[in-house]
Amino acid sequence: MIALSDFLIFGAVLFMISMAGIFLNRKNVIVLLMSIELLLLAVNTNLVAFSHYLNDVTGQIFVFFILTVAAAEAAIGLAIVVLVFRKRKSINIDDLSSLKG
Amino acid sequence: MTFELFIFYLLTAIATISGLMMITIKNPVKAALWLILAFIATAGVWIMAQAEFLGLVLILVYVGALMVLFLFVVMMLDINISILKDGFTPYLPLGVMASIAIFSMMYLVVGPEHFGIEVTGEPMNNAANYNNTKSIAIPLYTTHVYAFVLAAVLLLLGIVAAISLTLRRRPTTEVLYQNVNKQVNTLAADRFRMVKMASVVEKDLPSKEEDEK
Repeated sequence: MIALSDFLIFGAVLFMISMAGIFLNRKNVIVLLMSIELLLLAVNTNLVAFSHYLNDVTGQIFVFFILTVAAAEAAIGLAIVVLVFRKRKSINIDDLSSLKG
Repeated sequence: MTFELFIFYLLTAIATISGLMMITIKNPVKAALWLILAFIATAGVWIMAQAEFLGLVLILVYVGALMVLFLFVVMMLDINISILKDGFTPYLPLGVMASIAIFSMMYLVVGPEHFGIEVTGEPMNNAANYNNTKSIAIPLYTTHVYAFVLAAVLLLLGIVAAISLTLRRRPTTEVLYQNVNKQVNTLAADRFRMVKMASVVEKDLPSKEEDEK
């Protein structure tokens, strides 16, 4: 029998990997967007596991909405990446410092 | 170790390894392909947690649509791969330390001490004729119907935003555009013009043999 902690630790491992990916990939915006997708997947895994153990489908409905938001976010993010590439001929994050943030 | 547990650990190992490959590999196309493998393995984990509908949606929507979109964009942008990972190593210690710190804190909260099988008890197994899609659909269309409509509006907003961001009009000196209005409103008389002209008689050309001589 798979324990609830197994699912939760799997979610934590995925979260850890994608967070490390955001730290490591400072040059490539596309891999950053992919890391954010993996981050959302880790959170969704937790919701699915709790929904299974509490025998309540509300968690799965939440996952459904998170998938919707993630899809819209990825589409707009990629559109912005295409725009930035068209203007700058590069998607290096270090080049995008004109706001001096 | 039971067979179920073996499959679970196999899927989680595949997802973990492909996640690690995704964040470390140089080529963004290969990173997208590793992420697809991670999604498929995680879909398997969700199906093991008896969320069959969401597991299939993850494969259909994420692998079938979203990652293909990522691959399209990666291949359309002409990225110089060699300079992409120059700044990789300086952040490596910081990234590893931060993620290990986050993971150890998470482990203290969600580890077997609080959520082990002895603490939570075994989950209720659904009967063979249980319909996961139907049991999601009924609350989705009744209790959460406003959220559902809002999600649809959000997707429409995503379409409008993505199209209006990437749409560009270039001057007609660079590219020629199709004028649909003019095309539809045109008459047969505009397309075809009868021209009257005097007949032209072909001149006598010097024959080929004379040229060669």
